[in-house]
Amino acid sequence: MKKRRASPFTEFKYFLSEGVLSVLTHGLMSFAAITVIAACLLITATFMLVSYNIDVQIGKLQNRDQIVVYIDEELSRDDGLALESKILAVDNVQSAEFVTKEEFFDAFVAQLGDDADVVESMRDDNPLRDSFRVYMKDIDKHAETLKALEAIDGIADSNSDVELSERLVQLRSVVRTVCYSLIILLGAVSLFIISNTVKLALFARREEIQIMKMVGATNAFIRAPFVVEGLILGVTASVFVFSAQWIIYNYVTKRIAAGSNVLETVPFEAFRYPLALWLLVAGVALGLLGSVFTIRRYMKV
Amino acid sequence: MIRFVNVGKTYLNGTKALKDVTFDIEDGEFVFIVGPSGAGKSTIIKLITAQEKPESGSVYVDKFNVGKIPDRKVPYLRRSVGVVFQDFRLIQNKTVYENVAFVMRAVGEPPRFIKKRVRYVLELVGIKHKADNMPSQLSGGEQQRVAIARALVNNPGTIVADEPTGNLDPARSLEIMALLNEINKRGTTVIVVTHEVGIVNRFRKRVLAIENGVIVQDGEGGYYESEEGRK
Ligand SMILES: Nc1ncnc2c1ncn2[C@@H]1O[C@H](COP(=O)(O)OP(=O)(O)OP(=O)(O)O)[C@@H](O)[C@H]1O
Ligand SMILES: [Mg+2]
Repeated sequence: MKKRRASPFTEFKYFLSEGVLSVLTHGLMSFAAITVIAACLLITATFMLVSYNIDVQIGKLQNRDQIVVYIDEELSRDDGLALESKILAVDNVQSAEFVTKEEFFDAFVAQLGDDADVVESMRDDNPLRDSFRVYMKDIDKHAETLKALEAIDGIADSNSDVELSERLVQLRSVVRTVCYSLIILLGAVSLFIISNTVKLALFARREEIQIMKMVGATNAFIRAPFVVEGLILGVTASVFVFSAQWIIYNYVTKRIAAGSNVLETVPFEAFRYPLALWLLVAGVALGLLGSVFTIRRYMKV
Repeated sequence: MIRFVNVGKTYLNGTKALKDVTFDIEDGEFVFIVGPSGAGKSTIIKLITAQEKPESGSVYVDKFNVGKIPDRKVPYLRRSVGVVFQDFRLIQNKTVYENVAFVMRAVGEPPRFIKKRVRYVLELVGIKHKADNMPSQLSGGEQQRVAIARALVNNPGTIVADEPTGNLDPARSLEIMALLNEINKRGTTVIVVTHEVGIVNRFRKRVLAIENGVIVQDGEGGYYESEEGRK
């Protein structure tokens, strides 16, 4: 007699239907909750995508961004070449490429195109210097790296755009800070909303809960439908946000591509799975935390 | 089996509800608990259902020691005690059938068994023909029958009823008591708290009389409030 039990599947079906019923019973409140949570997730996800795009830009720039160091004319070509090991020894240097002044001149001439004649006469009395093209590992350390390179004996001068790197890195850190603040702030707003919705559901069913306790339902059994309700709110919001983000992101990147050929954006397809996973985890976490804490607080044994 | 041993209970506000209360109720007994208002009758019920814990002494319900029971075991104690209240406490937006069926679901009974058992219990309390009605469509006496069916449906060893006839007219009260008596005859221990001395005296049952938190009478026979109890 005591061993008879409903199957886990039966119980799961019961929790699910009770949870859905509760969401529908307080339709307006649930709708409001889902909307607010979705708005929070959408804003957060948008900033994360912006941040991600900046990261990718910085990564690309890293490949392009280089420091050109010029070798003192007093040094022979061999002595100049020998500087390579010293340059590579500098922290944050990824690679260095020796460029002779002749190569440099050719490149310069090629760049000038039709006006090349003007400088072509100077070829025999090349005023340029041999140089190294130095690539960095991390453009965060652009300024330090530059300083260290200039300190090397035999390096006469350098040419690089510290400012661009600094500005990008600064932008990245601002966007990241905004991202983290938003995650915390909007996460808190979402939790508050879920908590309030679940509180309402608990309140509406307090008699039922009281009776369930009196007849010996376990706490886990009584709580499950409310946890399911929180999960439904969170996951519905995240599914909605994923679709919305897909549409909005594609629209915005298309506009950017049409309006400028400087700014490059990452296609949505490149990160849709991580984004979907992230949104799902966020929705589940918000739903669980919001409901579990509320239930613990307002439903004593 | 229910056993109170030198039980004392003081509420947080300092009210001494029970003082040194000792009694045993064997399986299959029918017991009336009577006494004036504020005597401590409901407190005894709350101790049996582990809604309250004794301050001193011990309360045993079957194999459970109420004073020491951990929270997670309370549900299992409650499955062995069905409770009936004066105000019925039915869920207003569920049908009669649902009101009874949902407590079976709450303890994890399989759906197939629930159907059969609920029909049987509704028939037993004589309310089967109203299974699809809402509680608001029933009379007080009928609602109390549903509440008794609900207390009975998980087949507890004991049923405790705290003034089950408090909201009913005398004829209906008598019917409800007769129903509880019938349930007792089928083997369930029944404990009924009541004010209605008239009814108590019509049934020849064991009477536990309590006044000011003290047992003043325990045995079969009539009960008359003492001078002190009436104050
Ligand atoms: N939760 C509580 N907190 C404080 N005092 C309480 C509480 N519950 C009951 N009491 C007090 O304990 C005493 C016994 O109460 P109890 O409810 O057991 O009486 P009773 O015999 O059931 O009375 P009645 O016939 O009116 O229902 C009363 O003085 C009451 O005021
Ligand atoms: Mg009482």
